[in-house]
Amino acid sequence: MTIISRKKKEKIDRLAELAARDDERGVSLWQEAFRRLRRNPAAMVGAVILGLFVIVSVVGPFLVPYAPEAQHWKDEIRVGFLPGVRAENWFGVDHIGRDQFSRMIVGARQTLLVGVVATMIGLAVGSLIGGIAGAAAGLGGRWGRAVDNVLMRFIDMLLAMPSLLLAISIAAILGAGLTTVMIAVGAVSVPVFARLLRGSMIAQSNSDYVLAATSLGVRKPKIALSHVIPNSLAPVIVQATLTLATAIIEAAALSFLGLGNNDAAIPEWGMMLADAQRYIDIAPRLAILPALGIIITALGFTLLGEAMREALDPKLRK
Amino acid sequence: MIRFIVRRLLQLIPTLFGLSILLFIWLRRLPGGPETAILGERGTPEMRAAIRHNLGLDEPIMIQYGRFVRRMIRLDLGTSISTKREVTTEFLQRFPGTVELTITAMVIAIGIGIPLGYLAARRRGRLLDHLSVGGSLIGICIPVFFLAYILKAIFSENLGWFPSSGRQDPTLGATRITNFFVLDGLMTREWDAAADALWHLVLPGIALASIPLAIIVRITRASVLEVLNEDFVRTAEAKGLTENVVRRRHVLRNSLLPVVTSVGLLTGGLLSGAVLTETVFAFSGIGAFVAEAISQRDYPVLMGFIMIIAVVYVLVNLIVDLSYSLIDPRVRVR
Amino acid sequence: MALLEVDDLSVTFARRNQRAVHAVDGVSFSVDAGEVVGLVGESGCGKSVTSLAIMGLLPKQPGLRVGGKAVFDGTDLLQLDDRSRRDIRGRDIAMIFQDPLSSLNPVIPIGLQVTEVLTRHRGMKGDAAAKEAAQLLDRVGIPDPKRRLKEYPHQLSGGMRQRALIAMAVACQPRLLIADEPTTALDVTIQAQILELLKDLVRDSGTALVMITHDLGVVAGMCDTINVLYGGRVVETARRRPLFREPRHPYTVGLLGSVPRLDAGRGEKLNPIPGSVRDLLPWADGCAFAPRCTRRVDACVGQPPELVLAHDGRSYRCVNPAPVPGLTPAEAAPVTVAGAADVPVADEPPAPAAGPVPAPREEEKP
Repeated sequence: MTIISRKKKEKIDRLAELAARDDERGVSLWQEAFRRLRRNPAAMVGAVILGLFVIVSVVGPFLVPYAPEAQHWKDEIRVGFLPGVRAENWFGVDHIGRDQFSRMIVGARQTLLVGVVATMIGLAVGSLIGGIAGAAAGLGGRWGRAVDNVLMRFIDMLLAMPSLLLAISIAAILGAGLTTVMIAVGAVSVPVFARLLRGSMIAQSNSDYVLAATSLGVRKPKIALSHVIPNSLAPVIVQATLTLATAIIEAAALSFLGLGNNDAAIPEWGMMLADAQRYIDIAPRLAILPALGIIITALGFTLLGEAMREALDPKLRK
Repeated sequence: MIRFIVRRLLQLIPTLFGLSILLFIWLRRLPGGPETAILGERGTPEMRAAIRHNLGLDEPIMIQYGRFVRRMIRLDLGTSISTKREVTTEFLQRFPGTVELTITAMVIAIGIGIPLGYLAARRRGRLLDHLSVGGSLIGICIPVFFLAYILKAIFSENLGWFPSSGRQDPTLGATRITNFFVLDGLMTREWDAAADALWHLVLPGIALASIPLAIIVRITRASVLEVLNEDFVRTAEAKGLTENVVRRRHVLRNSLLPVVTSVGLLTGGLLSGAVLTETVFAFSGIGAFVAEAISQRDYPVLMGFIMIIAVVYVLVNLIVDLSYSLIDPRVRVR
Repeated sequence: MALLEVDDLSVTFARRNQRAVHAVDGVSFSVDAGEVVGLVGESGCGKSVTSLAIMGLLPKQPGLRVGGKAVFDGTDLLQLDDRSRRDIRGRDIAMIFQDPLSSLNPVIPIGLQVTEVLTRHRGMKGDAAAKEAAQLLDRVGIPDPKRRLKEYPHQLSGGMRQRALIAMAVACQPRLLIADEPTTALDVTIQAQILELLKDLVRDSGTALVMITHDLGVVAGMCDTINVLYGGRVVETARRRPLFREPRHPYTVGLLGSVPRLDAGRGEKLNPIPGSVRDLLPWADGCAFAPRCTRRVDACVGQPPELVLAHDGRSYRCVNPAPVPGLTPAEAAPVTVAGAADVPVADEPPAPAAGPVPAPREEEKP
């Protein structure tokens, strides 16, 4: 095992082990973490950003002044000129005569959707693989360990690959489109979630309370349902929050490379940003607005995720 | 030392084996299959069938895999669909540019990241600390290509301080030896050519460095904070050593251990990040070539790129392990 | 004139939105040249913080306040600027820490870690420093010192590491050596060796030693004078023999009663002190030990107990000290703790005159 791959894994494994930490004060892990989170200004900033983002993406599309795909102002476009900010178009008009404001609002929903679906894909597939590996490792025996070994070798190899490269390779097979972006970006997080869930399961099956439950004769499936899975949840939620941030940024990168959504009716910040690059000289706002959207949203997820990780990890709080 | 390197290389065989299987599956799963990868979208059904036969795609899968591996070992990556030249040749020509860019980015990221992270940790809770932590969070969240565009718009198009595209001013007529333009300029004593090539590297280098810089700052800071709390730092203080010696010999050296690892880890990411940066700056390295290949569905090029990253990954891993064993006696090579 | 005179030393950690923690709350003791002085107490009683405060090694953090005096050879260590303090540390006062592995720098050879002290304080360099370092390692009983100089901490055994740390501490023949639980992290057999080594070193060189420990066995074997600490204050000071023969403070009695003895009868139980060091009363409100004390009376709560000076230089801080019937500690301890069995202290409501006993404070150690 080389040092590099060990490093990346250690970070995930550390998060995984948090779940198995023994609680000294009798207050639940959640309450304690939540209390710490509330006192962390960075977490609060992140939460407010995400709150606004979610509200805009849920409610916004019903309130937008124009349909995002309607090219109402097509005729006003000249070479080297696009209608700018004015009363009827708050954020101006884009390169083919659509209202930038409406597109930003509707785009928020699509961006959130891409991030959430991609994370869900990563979470589902990763948890499945990690769960199998963790269970196999827990069962022990030569076969159990072999299954765990093979799965983890594979996962570690994926983990070692640069994420953008992995996403590009997958997108190349699937062809451009919104679904592609979701799958490709989701696939990147599969190894992370797999490793996380497996680590969490193993750390917990070695923990004192599972040992206690086993020695009291509680059956294994029951232990898994009532102890192991609920306690694995905290690290998974933390990782999912962090993954959402990278998912949104990576989706933008794929769009930039022309692998993204090509459906004009569904505006999405990554694609809007990619499209706007060519007009950055005459209408920089077309690029800056979606870019700001992406940056602020990703920042919100990162702030909240990092704060949650800190809240859960006693060693990081020092 | 030699034995260590050999052993490490041998340990990589399973990884490469796994990678070859993944690549093989990937190649077969491409839309239209490998024949499209070679012919492009233009082939007639007869041509496809001929190619399938020529490639042995009608043969058993194990034989196909064996042939695939043999080609990979000979570095035969096929022909680029868009340029109609050997992918290997194309890469050899463009690789130096990407290497130059990657090194520039790493120098920027390390040269700024480690001192900044260290200072932030020393001044924990003060303005500099908050600025660098906040800055690194934002740095991670900015899409690389957007940052590249912004830098280009401000510093080259508006202020005119830096060139906006390319690797060197072609009117200089610089001599080419290695295709590392800066190195060529130094070797041929064409100082202006070297300086110009270096000048072309600044903006793309900064854009590419943004994410590694942010990560290095954070890791250095966290690591220094951890080491400052270590017992051996207290021992060093108890010995009455000067602050300078305590910092240099005891704090910094131990703090750099995790940083070395992440530098290695980031190199792979840099190469793929180059795809975005080089495109924005029309910098003729592998990255821009690959970005072009993606839109052209030039799969042999894409596959070659994956191979190169795999090789680079292997090498970087080796270098990190070796340098780690130099600075940390606990993992020293025997 | 004592070599080190600690007077009313206090260390307070004030944290935002939290009550200030008085880790050390008015500690006074003195160390004569060549004397071995013990600071004894449970973990959290402030003994390590005391030593770090004297050395000026407390981690710098906002809200940290150090008060009182620590006069070493005529200079108050607490008033010194950083540079003069660094000049004294390692040269005049040296320190040995608890965990030898984490106290040594893992990526630097032992040799450099020894020679850097010689370079700093004795101006030795190169071969001369290396030769001196080898002699030092030899003196602390490390075999094959030349080879060990090139080795790294992880290549040494636990006992060897502690010997190496001791070598670094005695490198400049300091006049005062502070050993903070130097044997806690070691195997029992190694512990004895290290204690013997320390004893020999201080006897041969006339170095004064402050021995910080929770282990009464260590104290009994080494110390001339013993200070028992509780809740950040010295509760009893005595020479070794009187302390063991006739402990006066109930806490000292309790500590002695908690030690298993080979000569105790088979059926005899150990007599642990009830509660933990967390059940602490701020000294301002009375005796910090009152919530756990078996000899508590009404007068314990309300105002801090005065230091009572008894004959031959011993003193204790208690309003209702254990009697001196001329009993051996083995007999004395059961007498007092027998009362504890009848009166469960924790459940007993506080005496009405005393008012409510304040809630237990947070653990003292930062």
